[in-house]
Amino acid sequence: MAESPLLSVRHLSVDFLMQDGQKGHALEDVSFDILQGHTLGLVGESGCGKTTTLMAIMRLLPASARITTGQVNYNGQDLLSLSERQMRDFRWKEMSIVFQGAMNALNPVMRIDEQIREPILLHHLMTSSQAAGRVGELMELVGIPKERASQYPHEYSGGMRQRAMIALALACSPSLLFADEPTTALDVMIQAQVLELLKGIQEKLGLAIVLVTHDLGVVAEVCDSVAVMYGGKVAESGSIDSIYNTPQHPYTERLLQSFPDLNRPAGDLASIPGTPPRVTDLPPGCRFEPRCYKRIEICATTAPPMLETSPGHRAACHLCRGPVSSY
Amino acid sequence: MFGAFLVTTAVLVAITAPYLSPYDPSEVIRDANGRGMTFAPPSVHPPLGTDDAGRDVFTQLVHGARISLLVGFMAGAIAMFVGSLLGILAGYFGGAVDTLLMRVTDILLVIPDLPLMIIMVATVRNMELHISPLAVLVLVIGLLYWTSSARLIRSQVLTIKERQFVARARAIGAGHAHIIRKHILPQIMPLIVANTVLILSTAILVESGLAFLGLGDPTQPSWGTMLNFAFSRNAITNGAWWFYLPPGLAIVWVTLGCVLVGNVLEETLNPRLAIHHLEDESRMVARRPEAPDSG
Repeated sequence: MAESPLLSVRHLSVDFLMQDGQKGHALEDVSFDILQGHTLGLVGESGCGKTTTLMAIMRLLPASARITTGQVNYNGQDLLSLSERQMRDFRWKEMSIVFQGAMNALNPVMRIDEQIREPILLHHLMTSSQAAGRVGELMELVGIPKERASQYPHEYSGGMRQRAMIALALACSPSLLFADEPTTALDVMIQAQVLELLKGIQEKLGLAIVLVTHDLGVVAEVCDSVAVMYGGKVAESGSIDSIYNTPQHPYTERLLQSFPDLNRPAGDLASIPGTPPRVTDLPPGCRFEPRCYKRIEICATTAPPMLETSPGHRAACHLCRGPVSSY
Repeated sequence: MFGAFLVTTAVLVAITAPYLSPYDPSEVIRDANGRGMTFAPPSVHPPLGTDDAGRDVFTQLVHGARISLLVGFMAGAIAMFVGSLLGILAGYFGGAVDTLLMRVTDILLVIPDLPLMIIMVATVRNMELHISPLAVLVLVIGLLYWTSSARLIRSQVLTIKERQFVARARAIGAGHAHIIRKHILPQIMPLIVANTVLILSTAILVESGLAFLGLGDPTQPSWGTMLNFAFSRNAITNGAWWFYLPPGLAIVWVTLGCVLVGNVLEETLNPRLAIHHLEDESRMVARRPEAPDSG
């Protein structure tokens, strides 16, 4: 058997209770694995459940959301069965998040070094004088000059804030890092720097990273494997090479075509007509059916099973052939 | 600035009361023949005249400042503490906690304060618990005047707890106590400070009102108690304006000071209050140049 995954998510479903009493299915039957030291890209349009997946794993969903089924196994431990107290000890020590939009995730009235120190002291990992040294190390690691450590978030530029956020995420030396669109709202140069930084840190510390993004270019550059999400489900997952070279799901195919290719810049970009379904109003069959250009009759009525089209490559489409996936 | 001056002088007077006046508040001032000077008009000596029993009004006034301010500050502090605590709990935890606390608040808001307080003070006194009447006043005012601050703080907490850095604090494994202490409280502290000053003025006013109605401590007269004496001993019909005017003005002095300070604090801590959003558009957004074809 292959190396056992660091984190494996199985059949995770999350329901939201809406204000008007309706139920929204934000996630349905989401499954994927992350190996130690690997990077998984979680891609998809806005509102397809990427962030919800992360929050469900960390058990930080809002009160209106409920995890209905599924397991989240971290190193053989089922996170969903832990008590809130145990979970609290677990957060940040084992897995941490680089939030989308660092400005909002940093407390505006706390100095940066204080915020980085906060989780270390909270988990009683070090005395406060040791923690000060650790903050210095982390600052150096992400490339923030020491003399700026005691400034407030508003005195930082966007890229520096993101670096500070990464330093904060690494404070307790987690084994798994969730990066929730770490490069949105940054300009291209800074984006590249931040990605470079994440890659460098991963090499140095051997972290596993889940990178949530809708930028396929970023995924191609840093990820080992990809899970494409659509409408709260995983549409297709597999290694980076097989997904980019032989996409099986029409959604992935279209998504890849809608991305500019430097090698043939003249071609028109494809677009996918329509918008992703709302969580309260999901199509009865395949989630992508209303927008799919390859749809057949069965798509409108029956949700496709997850098929293993080649070893390690899974897709949920009626047009694919292969044995039903083991998960 | 002016407000701060008013409040500071009042506090200074209260602190230095025994040094400002040569008399004891209950001492009867006698003329050369040894007769008590009743309702003596202001003169060099005594500076603010005397009351019906020949006691110096100025001495009572400066000593009264101690009682009025002490009761007001303590009641205000209790009200603010209770209000902040309940506001934070209701806003942060939401759900059933919120509903319960806010319904209690609603009930207290709906019942008219004054009759309720009169009844409470009278009842507590009748129970003969051997608590000083001033302590009763402090508790009753403090435990009834937290409602508006609780609502204000709750609404602010509601917006702050949805901010992402609070979610981040949860993600680093922080418990509720830690989040409230480190992330919520510093954000609402300006509001609490500004509100405390405003609550102080209310507490002082309410204390004066209750004392005027005879619910103060006659052995430790506050400004309200002085007004009560003046009223019940016919100072008004006797034309002894020096008996009732000074405590009245003193109350205005302090409450006005508190309100001014409170408003300044509020505006400084929340600059958006300085301009009303409908008032003066030109100060808020740069005016768009007029289109050339208009007119």
